[in-house]
Amino acid sequence: MNKGIYSIENTRQLAKNTFLTRLAGDTSAFCAPGQFINIALDGFFLRRPLSVCDWDGEGLTVIYKTVGKGTKALANLPAGTKLDVLTGLGNGFSVETSGLRPLLIGGGAGVPPLYGLAKRLIGKGARPVVILGFNTAEEVFFEKEFAALDCDVTVATVDGSYGKKGLVTDVLPQGTTYFYACGPEPMLKAVYDRADTSGQLSFERRMGCGFGACMGCTCRTKYGAKLICKDGPVLEKEAVVW
Amino acid sequence: MVDLSVSLGGIRLQNPVIPASGTFGFGHEFASYYDLNRLGAVCLKGTTLHPRFGNETPRIAEAPAGMINAVGLQNPGVDAVLQKEVPALRKVYAGPVIANIGGFSVEEYAACCEKADRCPGIDIIELNISCPNVHGGGMSFGASAKDAETVVKAVRKACRKPLFVKLSPNVTDIAEIARACEAAGADGISLINTLLAMRIDITKRKPVLANVTGGLSGPAVFPVALRMVWQVYKAVNIPIMGMGGVSCAEDAVEMLLAGATAVQVGAAGLKNPFACLEIIDGLPPLMEKLGVTKLSDLVGAAHQSY
Ligand SMILES: Cc1cc2nc3c(=O)[nH]c(=O)nc-3n(C[C@H](O)[C@H](O)[C@H](O)COP(=O)(O)OP(=O)(O)OC[C@H]3O[C@@H](n4cnc5c(N)ncnc54)[C@H](O)[C@@H]3O)c2cc1C
Ligand SMILES: Cc1cc2nc3c(=O)[nH]c(=O)nc-3n(C[C@H](O)[C@H](O)[C@H](O)COP(=O)(O)O)c2cc1C
Ligand code: FES
Repeated sequence: MNKGIYSIENTRQLAKNTFLTRLAGDTSAFCAPGQFINIALDGFFLRRPLSVCDWDGEGLTVIYKTVGKGTKALANLPAGTKLDVLTGLGNGFSVETSGLRPLLIGGGAGVPPLYGLAKRLIGKGARPVVILGFNTAEEVFFEKEFAALDCDVTVATVDGSYGKKGLVTDVLPQGTTYFYACGPEPMLKAVYDRADTSGQLSFERRMGCGFGACMGCTCRTKYGAKLICKDGPVLEKEAVVW
Repeated sequence: MVDLSVSLGGIRLQNPVIPASGTFGFGHEFASYYDLNRLGAVCLKGTTLHPRFGNETPRIAEAPAGMINAVGLQNPGVDAVLQKEVPALRKVYAGPVIANIGGFSVEEYAACCEKADRCPGIDIIELNISCPNVHGGGMSFGASAKDAETVVKAVRKACRKPLFVKLSPNVTDIAEIARACEAAGADGISLINTLLAMRIDITKRKPVLANVTGGLSGPAVFPVALRMVWQVYKAVNIPIMGMGGVSCAEDAVEMLLAGATAVQVGAAGLKNPFACLEIIDGLPPLMEKLGVTKLSDLVGAAHQSY
């Protein structure tokens, strides 16, 4: 965990109600894709947790849906705004067990952390297969970015207005070695039920702190109660109980 | 050099700043953030006789200038706390440790406190009487002076260490309850616990918290907490740990002036993991500005002509 002041370099709209913000600042606390940051915003007591989409030596990106007052306020902040942010939170995805043909499944606001994951999987020689699920065409984002990394990308929309029609579980490919999933809990459950390989799933909980101090984000697992902010947000498939 | 030290029931604290129960785990988890030995004391997560999972999630909701929690006393039970958590804390921290004990019957409170009392790693026992009384129809022990007196008397018999009773603010006459605790043998009073509160999700038309209601804390409750510390200081002659919204050195001094000997910091430390340190570091320059050399001189100082 690192607490620091980060400066907004730029924010751009990617899709309907979906924004990408790049923050400049210390990224030394990150050790794995799928970790998250917790942003303090003026006028809101609780910080807002967002998965890190990607990071480098100078800064990090987050992609978020404007679902409420906090995320809307963040999207409207001008470049140069200084933000108090906790970084390097949570365990993140482990790339060790992926095999050569891992399957990455993202739904809506769950897509962002899979980008940093895909990069790192490719970095160690894997060739990820990516499935991105959205409700409708105007919500689709990052298809090109994943393709540019040289992943096989399939987009599915619930209403069929873009890509294949259906849920991510309607378009699951054969022959993958492992899976990584991030998205709404019903999607995670469907993926869990259909998956024929081992894998990792990233969960969300409302958080009071984000660093293991309040026990607000507890989740039942096969190995007892775990904190999503510290022992998670990523749980191994074998640990999950629904 | 200014003197930040205070004394709680005969235990010396190098400064009056303590992370509040339930907002700092069992302490040792945060040893990599900073040297815990800089804290005035460490207050442990609420501990019960048996392990508890706590409430379902969501357990957290936002409030204007604060937060609502319904964690529900998640803890691994007193035996695990004393055998694993306290020794782990003692490896990285040498100062005073406060055990926070919850319970759902008089017998449970007494049994749990007796165990904590025998643990050499614990210096002070803080009895959280805000839990619902399962034998008394679910009302909290802290809701009536009679119930408070009954449980404090029983616990007093079971423990020799300094005993602080942590009061609920969800009562009509806090002073009466504090007096009952003092009469039953308490060495001090801690207040306030959280204020009963809730939020509703307007799109789902459902309460945000799985438990429906939870406890409000943070800056929003500071003036309420301060008022209650003020009233309790007038009512009793034992030391007070003041808490509720304390977020900066100025708040801490205000609590001392109202009558607190030490302060606990909860919600502020969840937002800023370094809040306690920043408050401690903020005290000496603030004291200089206020012309104070001995912090304990401020305890209750606002009462002089009232
Ligand atoms: C580990 C983690 C990673 C996340 N990563 C992303 C991401 O990369 N992109 C993205 O778009 N969203 C992500 N989210 C969800 C994001 O945190 C919420 O959408 C956001 O907090 C909503 O804030 P708000 O003020 O706009 O909404 P409001 O509904 O007004 O928020 C009210 C309160 O509820 C909390 N809250 C609301 N929805 C959620 C939620 N789904 N999860 C947790 N807390 C919530 C808020 O933090 C706030 O405390 C993530 C959540 C977690 C826990
Ligand atoms: C997440 C959370 C968990 C808490 N758990 C406990 C607990 O286990 N026992 C207890 O006596 N008080 C508990 N409290 C109450 C705090 O110790 C404190 O009395 C209250 O939050 C007011 O202080 P604050 O406004 O600084 O947070 C908890 C508070 C929070 C926010
Ligand atoms: S959010 Fe506080 S412990 Fe996880």
